[in-house]
Amino acid sequence: MSALFRLVNVSKRYADTVALQPTNLLVERSKTTVLIGPSGCGKSTLLRLIIRLIEPDSGSIEFNGEVIRPDNIDVLRHRIGYVIQEGGLFPHLTARANVLLMARHIGKSQEEMQSRLLELCALTRFSENLLLRFPLELSGGQRQRVSLMRALMLSPELLLLDEPLGALDPLVRASLQKDLKEIFTRLGQTVLFVTHDLAEAIYFGDEIVLMNEGRIVQKGSVTDLRERPADAFVSEFIHAQRGIPIV
Amino acid sequence: MKRIRKTGKEERLFRFLFFSCVPAFLITSSSASGQPVVIGSKKFTESYVLGEIAQRTLQEAPGEVEFRPGMGGTIIVWQALKTGEIQVYPEYTGTISEEILKEPGTHSLDSIRERLRAFGVGMTNPLGFNNTWALVMRRSEAERLGIRSLSDLKKHPDLKLGLTHEFLDRQDGWPRLRQRYALRQQDMRGIDHALGYAALAAGEIDVKDAYSTDAKIVENDLFVLADDLNFFPRYDAVFLYRLSLDDRRTALLKTLEGTIDETLMTRLNAVAERTKDYAKAAGQYFESHGKSNMIYSESFSHKLTRWTLRHLELAGFSLLLSVAFGVPLGIVASRGGPIGQGILGFASIVQTIPSLALLALLVPLPFFGISVRTAIAALFLYGLLPIVRNTASGLQDIPRSFRESAIALGLSPIVRLWEIYLPMASRSILSGIKTSAVINVGTATLAALIGAGGLGEPILSGLNLNDHITILEGAIPAALLALLVQWFFDVLDRVLIPKGLRL
Repeated sequence: MSALFRLVNVSKRYADTVALQPTNLLVERSKTTVLIGPSGCGKSTLLRLIIRLIEPDSGSIEFNGEVIRPDNIDVLRHRIGYVIQEGGLFPHLTARANVLLMARHIGKSQEEMQSRLLELCALTRFSENLLLRFPLELSGGQRQRVSLMRALMLSPELLLLDEPLGALDPLVRASLQKDLKEIFTRLGQTVLFVTHDLAEAIYFGDEIVLMNEGRIVQKGSVTDLRERPADAFVSEFIHAQRGIPIV
Repeated sequence: MKRIRKTGKEERLFRFLFFSCVPAFLITSSSASGQPVVIGSKKFTESYVLGEIAQRTLQEAPGEVEFRPGMGGTIIVWQALKTGEIQVYPEYTGTISEEILKEPGTHSLDSIRERLRAFGVGMTNPLGFNNTWALVMRRSEAERLGIRSLSDLKKHPDLKLGLTHEFLDRQDGWPRLRQRYALRQQDMRGIDHALGYAALAAGEIDVKDAYSTDAKIVENDLFVLADDLNFFPRYDAVFLYRLSLDDRRTALLKTLEGTIDETLMTRLNAVAERTKDYAKAAGQYFESHGKSNMIYSESFSHKLTRWTLRHLELAGFSLLLSVAFGVPLGIVASRGGPIGQGILGFASIVQTIPSLALLALLVPLPFFGISVRTAIAALFLYGLLPIVRNTASGLQDIPRSFRESAIALGLSPIVRLWEIYLPMASRSILSGIKTSAVINVGTATLAALIGAGGLGEPILSGLNLNDHITILEGAIPAALLALLVQWFFDVLDRVLIPKGLRL
């Protein structure tokens, strides 16, 4: 397994607050890496730096050995899928138009788009009958399935998920967790998954990256974190969520 | 496959409608082709009547004759003649010397003519009457106080004077009259000519300025104070015309020389004020000269149609311009920064200028002048702010998550704007356009002040005649039009705002 993605000394600060201290991170191919930590720990900042919604103050980010720069980011964005908590589906476009938006702009043929669309419906278990509905006519879970379809439309090498299930009720959430995991496995997808929920992190994470106050505290398997905590914060974080049965 | 095509079509249709159809509905056919002769007039009864007479006289030659009644005061109408906006208008020799040539004192017709030639303007011989300025009082009041001449006014410094704005400001008006007769009256106010007569009758003022052929002098039994120091110069009525006017029409205009004496003019003025119909008064002129009097009296429905179409043309074109400039400016403004602030600041400042002042500011500029252009330009500037502000705020109100999703997808800035941001802001943008449209339809009534026509025309002549019915003939359709526009945009909202945003 080689690294698809590499952060070297990447940092970011807003005015007086340090959002991310100089950070190094490798993301392995075909694995799900979970970023976890309390609110404001810098996990979302890290994700937004990768997709370049914000510019880093220092350091570089490499994708497949290529350094991401302002002039190549748009092309790289086509190779990275991005899903956020509320889905970010454009309300004035139908589910179908949302999913096809980018493919249409890079000139994919209608046939190609149509067959990929049906493929994604099957993969995400989204009914084809709902494709012409607008986001507001869909349930929260359905919206997240459409968001996932949109992110996967161009078969991205990397999938970035920023608390994608955070706004869903527990039952919908559980069923989506199961489907997502299946999809990741089936596609051999490289995933960077942000959550603040330890159970979800454990369920998805081949590798768990625990962050606090703008830096990575510990990286490893759940067993590593539980049995060999790097500092007091790690055990405190693990034990704060002790109520959830750990597999 | 069918669905795919339909979606594409809808989007194209949306964009097309959004940027072209909104204002397009308001646009009516522009003025007719060819070069019509345009006759102007000042904003008082006699000038309207003389304009009508000239119009009918010039209609004897082939070609179109347009009449723009009540364009404003001397400076405005003269400016229009000088620049060729109009080709003919009635004027008075005294006014020409004093106000236009700025050479006070009586001059021979030939010397005046010589001086006008420099502006490319010709002058007919006098039409036959001297309409000089005069100060008038209620006859009863004049008799009670024993006032017979302007000199007698000195003995009554507490009289209330109501003078027209033009008389107050003119070189040959109040400032020098006051000096010459050493008048000391302090209670003095500026008032519209027609309203002044009403105020005089009601006793709100005691003395007002008048033209010696005003019908009201006879009707209201007013007393004309004798100009015992011979202050007022002669005001012989003439027509001024562009020397470029063709020979046939020039000759026709000259047939009017020496055909109207004071008695006839006062009578025509009286007819005009009594019937509220200037064309009819002009008809009496032709009757008195044994010429065929096919009263050229437009039917009300025809007039209403003409006013309304012109009104829509003014409001529509200006709205089209406001949208064409306002939406792009709003897009730039939505990004904030000094440029964005500057744009919003500019649009706000324009909005705070009273609409009348904005028109007045544009008139002296080259290219504008007394014209439809000026009216459209003023309305355009007026309509800018609601569109700029609503476009900017509509775009700024798009939640960050949607903006970031659009960026993260890798859509280019143009596509993001065109396919995501503008449609999402469409409700706000359309409501700005609607506000502009309604404002424009209302404000367009002021266009009549600079001879641009529209529903302001009856309102203005109604004010001039102090006739409420005529005012309402313009005011009611203007109000209905505003409601109609409002309703139209409410319907348009349902068509243009994407369905997904209306759920």
